Amino acid sequence: MKIFLSFVRKEFQHLFRDRKSMLILLGLPVMMMLIFGFALSSEVKNSSVAILDYSKDEMTLRVIDRIDQSQYFTVTKNLNSESQIEEVFKKGEARLVVIFPQNFNDDLLHTNAAQVRLIGDASDPNTSNIVINYASAIIRDFQNEIFGLQKLPYEIKVETRMLYNPQLKSSYNFVPGVMTLILMLLGAMMTSVSIVKEKEMGTMEILLVSPMKPLMVVISKAIPYLVLCFVDLILILLMAVFVLDMPIAGSLPLLLAESLLFILTTLSLGLLISSIVDSQQVAMFISLVGFLMPALVFSGFMFPIENMPKPLQIVSNIVPTKWYYSIVSSIMVKGLGFGFIIKQTVILLGMTLVFLAAAIKKFKVRLA
Amino acid sequence: MAEVKVRNISKTYEKGTVQALKNIEFEVASGELFGLIGPDGAGKTTLFRLLTTLLVPDEGSATVAGFDIVTDLWDIRKIVGYMPGRFSLYQDLSVEENLNFFATVFNTTVAENYHLIKDIYVQLEPFKHRLAGKLSGGMKQKLALCCALVHEPKVLFLDEPTTGVDPVSRKEFWDMLDLLKKKGITIVVSTPYMDEASRCDRIALIQKGEILEIDTLPAILEKHERPLFAIRAKDRYRLIQEVRAYEETVSCYAFGEENHVVLKNDLEGETEFKAYLKDKGFEGLSFSRIAPNIEDVFIKLMLEQETHA
Repeated sequence: MKIFLSFVRKEFQHLFRDRKSMLILLGLPVMMMLIFGFALSSEVKNSSVAILDYSKDEMTLRVIDRIDQSQYFTVTKNLNSESQIEEVFKKGEARLVVIFPQNFNDDLLHTNAAQVRLIGDASDPNTSNIVINYASAIIRDFQNEIFGLQKLPYEIKVETRMLYNPQLKSSYNFVPGVMTLILMLLGAMMTSVSIVKEKEMGTMEILLVSPMKPLMVVISKAIPYLVLCFVDLILILLMAVFVLDMPIAGSLPLLLAESLLFILTTLSLGLLISSIVDSQQVAMFISLVGFLMPALVFSGFMFPIENMPKPLQIVSNIVPTKWYYSIVSSIMVKGLGFGFIIKQTVILLGMTLVFLAAAIKKFKVRLA
Repeated sequence: MAEVKVRNISKTYEKGTVQALKNIEFEVASGELFGLIGPDGAGKTTLFRLLTTLLVPDEGSATVAGFDIVTDLWDIRKIVGYMPGRFSLYQDLSVEENLNFFATVFNTTVAENYHLIKDIYVQLEPFKHRLAGKLSGGMKQKLALCCALVHEPKVLFLDEPTTGVDPVSRKEFWDMLDLLKKKGITIVVSTPYMDEASRCDRIALIQKGEILEIDTLPAILEKHERPLFAIRAKDRYRLIQEVRAYEETVSCYAFGEENHVVLKNDLEGETEFKAYLKDKGFEGLSFSRIAPNIEDVFIKLMLEQETHA
């Protein structure tokens, strides 16, 4: 036990003295959260709108005002002719152009039907979709307000409700995603690199010619990264709650326990890499290309797995991040209890055991 | 009693295509300072790795302190001290931290075995808070020796401990090995420096995975006593060419400032040889008879090995 503790202490010394690594380990999650939170937001805020108004009557002004006042849009330009529309898009001065035909007010009041044309810039299909939807919703709202008292003979009212994330905040999507990625990256890569480093530096040669059992070497190497991953996890959660205003809907202890399990999965994956590989570069390459890419693609964080072709959907099942991502979004966003994530938990547990067993079996007690 | 016994060991790499060791056989007595001497690539490191249980031989067997290197690896790992050829301590830990760490790994403390490392450690003490990576070459080797000694090993394996170390530190290092020998520790040490042979009780000359000769240094020199000529001239390159062209010449190689020359009939052809060289008209020609040193013996044995192969 004393040997074990002194080994763990040594690992912490390695870690704390490597300032650059420490900076990456603690800075990366903060940076990713900030980037995803503020820079890479897929929400549409303050989109610039250009108006082409042929009526210029009281009603169109009220609609324009309504659009301008919403937090999603800012009216930046008034156009005079249709020929200017393309110019505005080409210069990137607007994401949306709203066109009111002549006699808008009269048509609306007398024939009960007036037309508005919305033109979006579909060179970015997702954004233009969102923009058009927002704008339609605003106009619909306005219409309801005016005709609220009047009863129409027939009417199908569509009411949509976005469950769990009524404001469609993207943080609900990316916080679990960032957690998954960071833990995967740090757990697998840093652990594997730290063990392979001992091989590269030749210190493994001395450690092998000592009474120390390989299992102890491996486990004590993983412990500092376990602690560090946990620190990062707490950091991400704190930022999610206090900086990005994202509440944790479910039970925090359950979330932490499940995260601990996932950290163990990534650590054992890292150990497995390190017992197979002999150089830091190869270890890094395997963890980045071999694990981070699939982790990104198959976690369901960026691309919905349901949209993938069948073979890829099957492949996604062996990627641990998919299961953890599903666990985190279940607990954090939907507030589900343990009963709903038993399957994912069991799968992660199984993967951890398999990785760990393989890592120990593959660990060489000799040099070759 | 033999502390290290090696029986007919062979080892190949790359699926048998590279022969690292071929039928190696020797014994090291308890308390002996045994030197393995040979150039880079001779197989010294492989031999050390076999004896420290890091590798398994293809053929043959060996024991260290009575334990088999294949089956009793955990027993051997408790009682040997190993210093690999490359500096292999933690560069980002201080001198003191390294030493304490290796003491703990072997379930002991620095205080418990301080008497063993005292003589070496006093030199390191002023730098004990310095990171191991920032030490000079000689200091690094002393620290590595301390770390290999701190658990009071019965057998010490030192793989090229003096390579890349300045001459003064080299001498100091060997003085320390003498002290350790007096404390009864069996030491197996390898070196590419022939002049260090005189510091060992017995030496094994090793080349291309084979042992050429094992004995004490004086015995080896006596056995291969063959007078040779040390000659020098201003135009060294032409001198070597001409001497090699001479039909009685067995070998001629550069040795420091001089060329060492061995003739077929040793000294009998001396007058003809001198006349031959005078005819060639060398400037500043000097000519003397010498007794071979260990390097001469090594080159002789090496040439013999090549002609056998």
